[in-house]
Amino acid sequence: MAPLLQSSQPWVEKYRPKQVKDVAHQDEVVRVLTNTLETANCPHMLFYGPPGTGKTTTALAIAHQLYGPELYKSRVLELNASDDRGINVVRTKIKDFAAVAVGSGQRQGVYPCPPYKIIILDEADSMTEDAQNALRRTMETYSKVTRFFFICNYISRIIEPLASRCAKFRFKQLPEEIMSNRILHICNEEGLTVDTEALSTLSSVSQGDLRRAITYLQGAARLFGSSISSKDLISVSGAIPREVTEAIYAACKSGDFDLANKEVNYVIAEGYPVSQMLAQLFEVVVGVDDISDEQKARICKSLATADKCLVDGADEYLQLLDVVSNTMRALCNMPQEFSYDI
Amino acid sequence: MLWVDKYRPKTLDQVIVHQEIAENLKKLVTEQDCPHLLFYGPSGSGKKTLIMALLRQIFGTSAEKVKVENRTWKIDAGSRTIDLELTTLSSTNHVELSPSDVGFQDRYIVQEIIKEMAKNRPIDTKGKKGYKVLVLNEVDKLSREAQHSLRRTMEKYSASCRLILCCNSSSKVTEAIRSRCLNVRINAPKEEQIVKVLEFIGKKEGLQLPPGFAARIADKSNRSLRRAILSFETCRVQQYPFSSNQAIPPMDWEEYVSEICSDIMREQSPKRLFQVRGKLYELLINCIPPEIILKKLLSELLKKLDEELKHEVCHWAAYYEHRMRMGQKAIFHLEAFLAKFMSIYKAFLIATFG
Repeated sequence: MAPLLQSSQPWVEKYRPKQVKDVAHQDEVVRVLTNTLETANCPHMLFYGPPGTGKTTTALAIAHQLYGPELYKSRVLELNASDDRGINVVRTKIKDFAAVAVGSGQRQGVYPCPPYKIIILDEADSMTEDAQNALRRTMETYSKVTRFFFICNYISRIIEPLASRCAKFRFKQLPEEIMSNRILHICNEEGLTVDTEALSTLSSVSQGDLRRAITYLQGAARLFGSSISSKDLISVSGAIPREVTEAIYAACKSGDFDLANKEVNYVIAEGYPVSQMLAQLFEVVVGVDDISDEQKARICKSLATADKCLVDGADEYLQLLDVVSNTMRALCNMPQEFSYDI
Repeated sequence: MLWVDKYRPKTLDQVIVHQEIAENLKKLVTEQDCPHLLFYGPSGSGKKTLIMALLRQIFGTSAEKVKVENRTWKIDAGSRTIDLELTTLSSTNHVELSPSDVGFQDRYIVQEIIKEMAKNRPIDTKGKKGYKVLVLNEVDKLSREAQHSLRRTMEKYSASCRLILCCNSSSKVTEAIRSRCLNVRINAPKEEQIVKVLEFIGKKEGLQLPPGFAARIADKSNRSLRRAILSFETCRVQQYPFSSNQAIPPMDWEEYVSEICSDIMREQSPKRLFQVRGKLYELLINCIPPEIILKKLLSELLKKLDEELKHEVCHWAAYYEHRMRMGQKAIFHLEAFLAKFMSIYKAFLIATFG
């Protein structure tokens, strides 16, 4: 049944680099870790950076390369946000695992098998502060036999005492050509044809997130067969067509509230995500030349406010309508202050 | 049986409104395999219908034999055990649930139950390993923690389990989840499409439709197909044969809201506010969601206001709706909005007419 399993696997998993040296574009990390492989010595690590840049991949790859498939199960503990990681787990599970000593380093074939274990804490920024605090002493006490790998998107959510105990590595956003290379490699393996226009669309809609790019590619390949155009990619990615954003902007410019309201209703009924709409509206506003910087600033401010409200779970229609009304007032030079608000 | 259920398309071939999407979905599952899916779109656009049809396409008729189960889950959360009750709809190959039903404890549902289900792999008659489908409703209402927990679960069990997520707005689903799914946008049906569906139902039921009647229902429906079919059936019950100028009954809560609007337009005083409070309570007791009330209030007010007031009122609507989401009691914020409106309107009247 192996072949069936292969095909049903998402490409993201299928093409996850198995070795540290295959990780694209993160030269510093790769250099340090290759060194680790030779000397079998490594500090605590903290990987941070935007999604889809290879943090989890790197951590898993180094663990596999250090221990090989045999020892991996007993030497590596992988915990992520889908496991319960409250303070109790830190106090019991992690501590118990960390406390166990392992035999002295014996090379097993190609694997160095250093005399310590690795605990990978994926998505560490979703751990509570208490749980992080409980880790501090554990890290030091068992530093002889255990190494911690923290992986997170936002380093600011990791408490300072933990961060200062680790070697920090920032994972850079992937530039376009690296991404295109990887995508082309996958296309070759899967027998897809993608033209240059589609490639550049793919990197622009995925904004440096390789995982997203690969997911879109797989989605498009499933839906539209083996030759993929840039239009297919846009429809898979959930980006909003240019015409819709332009129509909203034009409605704002016209100064007619009812027309704008109609456009907003249309956007909502078509089911376009408003957060995406705000992002694209932002690009339009920044890009146009015929309005003053002050107008742009006023619009951007309202975009930012609405974005925060959306994150809090506010209603999409009302927020978009508010943004549109603000934009209209900015573009048509209506007063920003309300005249009847006492 | 209500017409809404009776004429729900059972297979992807029968779909009238979203034919293109249905075609694509069919292509998607031809290889007996599909990625994680995220369906999003306004309510009444047919997300659920498409999902059920898709399941039937994958698993055949067995996907239709569902049983409702009300299970209590005991979850061991360190020092204490938590009992969670959740209703699930399941067939041999899929399980459907709304994890947001359990409120703030939804994280445990995601972590424990979904994991447990994902671990059990069904094996079909030929001994082939298949996969299970989990349909999660209302993922936009899941808490942040629960959504975080979902991320890794999706990757880890990707070989044995496919998730189909369903929500109204994809803005509220975290980027991390969206990037792991194939996003399918379901737009609300256009009015012509609603008309087509209504005419189809009319033909099946053997009804005579006067010209323009279906179009009027579609116009009133706000592009929600479910609502259109419901009001079509109401019309059928009220009067048949249809006359071409037959009134399409509006929802009674909507009438109530427009009553509130005309009340506060007529008089702006604390006394009137007090009267209106009773009406708001009436709406809330009848389980009309507060944000819907607020939106309807706004749209009624916008119809009657001057251009310059519209900006102001729509800003405050957005403001108080956000507050409502952050706060606890909806009535405070609804009332605050009305009070704000009264003050603005009064100031406007004084400025204009002295």
